[in-house]
Amino acid sequence: METNILSWIIWIPLLGMAAIAFVPRGKTKAIKIITAVATGVQFLATLGLLSQFDLSTGGFQFMERATWIPSFNITYILGVDGLSLPMVILTGLLFFLSTFVSWNINRAVKGYFSLFLLLDIGIMGVFLSLDFFLFYVFWEVMLLPMFFLIGMWGGPQREYAAIKFFLYTLVGSVLMLIAILALYFTCGRTFDMLLLMETAPTALNGVMWWGMSAIKVIWVLLFIGFAIKVPVFPFHTWLPLAHVEAPTAISVILAGILLKLGIYGMLRINYSMLPGAVWWFAGALAVLGLINVIWGAMCALAQKDLKKLVAYSSVNHMGYILIGMSAVIAAGAANGNNVLAAQAGLGGAVFLMFNHGTISAMLFILVGVIYERAHHRDIEGFGGLATRMPIYSGIVALAFFAGLGLPGFSGFISEAMCFIGAFPVFKGIVIASTIGILLNATYFLWAFQRIFLGTLNEKYKDLPEINRMELFTVIPLAVITLFLGIYPKPFLDLISSTMNVIIDTVANVSSFAGVF
Amino acid sequence: MNNLQSLSYYWPEIILTVTVLVAILVDLFYSDKNSGKTALWVLGGLILTQIAIYVQDSEMTRTLFMGNLAFDPFASFFKTLTILSTVLVIIISQKTNELDGHRTGEYYSLMAIMVFGMFLMASAIDLIMIYLAIEIVSIVSFILAGYLKGDLRSNEAALKYVIYGAFSSGIMLFGMSIVFGLAGSTKYFVIQEAMWNLQGSAHFAFTLASIFILAGFGYKISAVPFHFWTPDVYEGAPTPITAYLSVAPKAVGFAVIIRFFNTVFGDGGAFIDPSISTFTNIPWPQILAVLSVITMTLGNLVALQQNSIKRMLAYSSIAHAGYMLMALPTLSSQGAYAIMLYLFMYIFMNLGAFFVVIYVKSQGGGESFDDFRGLGWKMPIVGIVMTVFMLSLTGIPPTAGFIGKFYIFASVIKVGPQLYWLAIVGAINSVISLYYYFRVVKVMFLEGEPSETIVVPSASVLAILFTFAIPTILFGIYWVPIANWVSQSLKLFIKVM
Repeated sequence: METNILSWIIWIPLLGMAAIAFVPRGKTKAIKIITAVATGVQFLATLGLLSQFDLSTGGFQFMERATWIPSFNITYILGVDGLSLPMVILTGLLFFLSTFVSWNINRAVKGYFSLFLLLDIGIMGVFLSLDFFLFYVFWEVMLLPMFFLIGMWGGPQREYAAIKFFLYTLVGSVLMLIAILALYFTCGRTFDMLLLMETAPTALNGVMWWGMSAIKVIWVLLFIGFAIKVPVFPFHTWLPLAHVEAPTAISVILAGILLKLGIYGMLRINYSMLPGAVWWFAGALAVLGLINVIWGAMCALAQKDLKKLVAYSSVNHMGYILIGMSAVIAAGAANGNNVLAAQAGLGGAVFLMFNHGTISAMLFILVGVIYERAHHRDIEGFGGLATRMPIYSGIVALAFFAGLGLPGFSGFISEAMCFIGAFPVFKGIVIASTIGILLNATYFLWAFQRIFLGTLNEKYKDLPEINRMELFTVIPLAVITLFLGIYPKPFLDLISSTMNVIIDTVANVSSFAGVF
Repeated sequence: MNNLQSLSYYWPEIILTVTVLVAILVDLFYSDKNSGKTALWVLGGLILTQIAIYVQDSEMTRTLFMGNLAFDPFASFFKTLTILSTVLVIIISQKTNELDGHRTGEYYSLMAIMVFGMFLMASAIDLIMIYLAIEIVSIVSFILAGYLKGDLRSNEAALKYVIYGAFSSGIMLFGMSIVFGLAGSTKYFVIQEAMWNLQGSAHFAFTLASIFILAGFGYKISAVPFHFWTPDVYEGAPTPITAYLSVAPKAVGFAVIIRFFNTVFGDGGAFIDPSISTFTNIPWPQILAVLSVITMTLGNLVALQQNSIKRMLAYSSIAHAGYMLMALPTLSSQGAYAIMLYLFMYIFMNLGAFFVVIYVKSQGGGESFDDFRGLGWKMPIVGIVMTVFMLSLTGIPPTAGFIGKFYIFASVIKVGPQLYWLAIVGAINSVISLYYYFRVVKVMFLEGEPSETIVVPSASVLAILFTFAIPTILFGIYWVPIANWVSQSLKLFIKVM
C-alpha cells in the first residue's frame, strides 16, 4: 500500500508553523488553537498508524523512499516498526497535551508555539527516519528550539541551563557524526540504516583501528552521543538543571520523550548495527544502569525542590531501562539461549520507555500545577495540602505510586520485566539495584508526606483546586498508566515481533563473537 | 601558448581592467563624491566579467602567457567566487555609515583592482606570478583597511597589515628563491619534475623552502602562526572591508594552496595518487594537520574571550580557516572538493553575519555584545536572521555551514583511521565555537525584555538580509546544484608528461 502517512506525521507541525506565521502577534488565542489543531491532527494520524499496523512482522512498515542527494547516497527514508511506533504515539500524545499545559504562556506566544512545533518536527523525524543522515539532521533540529524554549521561557537560571543543555548534547552529536561517517566509508558508502544493519556486522568484523576493534570504537562514539541524551551517569548533570529551569510543558517533553531518544538510538543503531559489541558492553551497561538507579535515587532523596526530585527520579528510571537492555545477551549461546529472559529484559526496557513517558509527564504537569499556584516548589514549604486540595492530592498520590512502581501501575510491570530479564546474567547487579526501588519509594512517599499530610500551612489556606484544563491534561495519562498496569498485553504484542528481531540479531552474532 | 594568442582567453581580465579605468574616470565627473554612483559602474563591470567567465568556461584546460597562468575550470570557480563575494560586499557597503565623509569613488575602483589580483592568484602556476598576484591583493587590502583616514584604529589596522604583509611576503620570497635554486625554474611543473630527482640532503632544503612559502600563503588565509594581523585589521578596517577580507582573499588563498600542493608536491594536479609524501619524504599531511589543529583551536579559544562581535568574527574566521585546512592533509580530490564547497557556503553565512553587524551599527548601535542586548525583541527579523547565520557558522543542520563541515569531515574520515583524531579534534572545536556564536543569540533573545516598539528594517535591508539568509538555509537542505558545480570545477590544468 502506497501511502505518505509518515511524511504527513512529521510535517503537519510545519503547516502549523506556517499558519502561525500569518497570525498577528496579538492574537494569542488563535495561535494556541492552531497549535492544538496541528498536534491533535498529528496525534490522530499516529493512532491511524496503530490501527493499520501489522503486529506479525518485526520489520519496517509504511516505508517511504525518495532521492535527496544522490552524489553522496543520501536518501529520504522513513519507516516505523514495533520499537518506534510506541514512541511515535507517545510523542503525538504528549505534544497534544503539552499544548494545553502551555495554555498560560503569555510571553512572546508566537515564538513559543512556533518553536514548540519545530521541536515536534525534530522528534518525530528522529523516530521515523531510516537514513542516517536524515536521522542526524532531525537529531540536531531538536536542539535549537529546546535551547530557546528553556532559555526564553524558563526560570531564573534559564540562560545557563539552556547553553549547558546545548553544549552537552552537541558534544554527543558531533561524536555521533564522526561515527556515522566512519560507518559510511567502511560499510559500502550508504546512509541507509536498513542496509547498514545488514552490512555493518560483517564489514566491520575483525577490522582493527589503532589496536582496537573498529566495532568497539564506533560503538563507544555512538554510545557517548546517546548516553548524554539519556542521560547516563556521569553525563547527567545537564538534566536536573534543564528540568528545573524549563517551563512545565517543556519539562514534560524533555522527560517524556527527549530522554527516550537516547535509548531509542542505542537500540536502533548500536544494537542493530553493531550487535557484536553488545556482548562486550552489556556488563558495563548493567553497571552504568545500577549507578543511575542508585545515584538518581540518592540525589532525589536529597532534593528540596519538588521538580528536581522528579528530574532525578528520571535519572533513576533510566537506570532500570539500561539494566533491562543489558539482558539481551541472555539469548546468546554462551548464556544458554535464554530467549525468554532476553525478551523480558528488552521488552521491559521498551515498555518502561513508554511508561516513564506517561508517568513522568504526569508528574511534571502536577508539579507545574502547584508551582502555578504557590510560585515555589520547596517541598518543606507546604504541608497539609490534602485537606485543601483533595482531588489534586489524590492524583498526585496516584502519580507518585505509579512512579515508585506499585503493582497495578504500568511502571511496576516494566520494572519487574527488566529485573527478571537481567537476573540470569547479572545476578549481583539486579540484587543491588533493588535497593533503588526501596529508595524510590522512600523519596516519593516522604515528599508526599511533607507536602500533603500534617497540618495545613496557613499561607495556603486559599489555594484553588486543580482546574478542568489541568485535569484534562493529566487524566488521559493516568488512564493509560492504570490500563497498561492491569492489562499490558496490547502493548507487549505491539513490540514483541520487533524485539525478537533485535534479540535474534544480537544472539546470532555470538556465533562469530570470537573476534573480541 | 604565446602572449598574443593568450589574449583571446583573457577576456574576463581585460573587461575587469577596463572597468577599473572607467570607474576611476567617471568618478572625476561626479560632483558628489559620496554618492556611490561609481559602485554601479563597478558592479556593471563585474557582471560583464562574470558573463565572460561563464561564456568561456569549458572543460578544456590550457596554460596562458608562456606557462604563467592556467586556464581551467578550477580557476573559473574561484573567479566566480571572487566576483560573487565582491558584488555582495559592494551591495552591503551601501548600507554602512562608516564610509560617510570619505570619498567612495576610489573605494570601489580599488576593490575592482583587488579582484584582478585575486583572478591572478586563482590561476597562477608560476612562483613569480604568485608573488605578484599576492602583492597586488595585499597592497590594495592595506589601502582599504586604512580607508577611514581620520580613524586611529583604521590607521593602526593598515600599518599592522603592511608590516606583517611585508614580513611574510619577504619570507615567502626567500623560500621561492631556494626552490628556484633547487629546481632551476619558477614554473610549477618544472619544479614538480625536479622533485623526483632530488638527492637526499636536498630534501631538507626543499622542506624548509616550502615551509617559508607556506608562511606567505598562510598569511593570506590567516592560518596560525601567521594570523597576528587578523584581529586588529578586522577590527580597525571599515566593516564591509573586514567582511570582504574574511571571504574573498581567503578563498583564493585556498586556491593557491590547493594548486600549489597538488601540483608541485602531488601528481601534477590530476588527483590520482593521494600519497604525495611517498617520494619526497616530506611529512606534508602531518605538517598540514598540525597547522590546521593549531589554527582552529587558537581561533576558537581566543574568540571565546572577545567582547566585540566584530573581533569575535575575526577570530572565528581564523577558526574557519582551520576547519578548511583539515581537508588539506587528505591531499585528495575529495579534500579539495570539500574546501571549495565550504568556501562557497562560507560566503553567505559570514557576509551575512557581518552585514547584521553593519546594520546594527548604522541604526545607532555598536559592535560589542552589549550593543546586541535584547536585539531579538526590538528587531525580531534581524535577530532571527542573525541566529540563522550563527547556527550556520557553528555548523548545525539544516544550514549551509553544516553541509560544508560535513564534507570536510567526510573527506578526512575517508582517508582512514589514521586521520580520525583530526576529525575528532575538529568536532570538539565546533562545540567550542557554539559557545561564542550562541553568546550572540543569548544576548539577542535570552536577555532583555519584550519591547513595545518593533523595528522593521527597510525593504532594501530586508532584501539584503534574505539574500544571505535564504541560501544559508536552502543550501543546507538541498545542495545538489552546488555539489555538481564544484565537482565539475575540480579540474586543474595537468601537464601532459
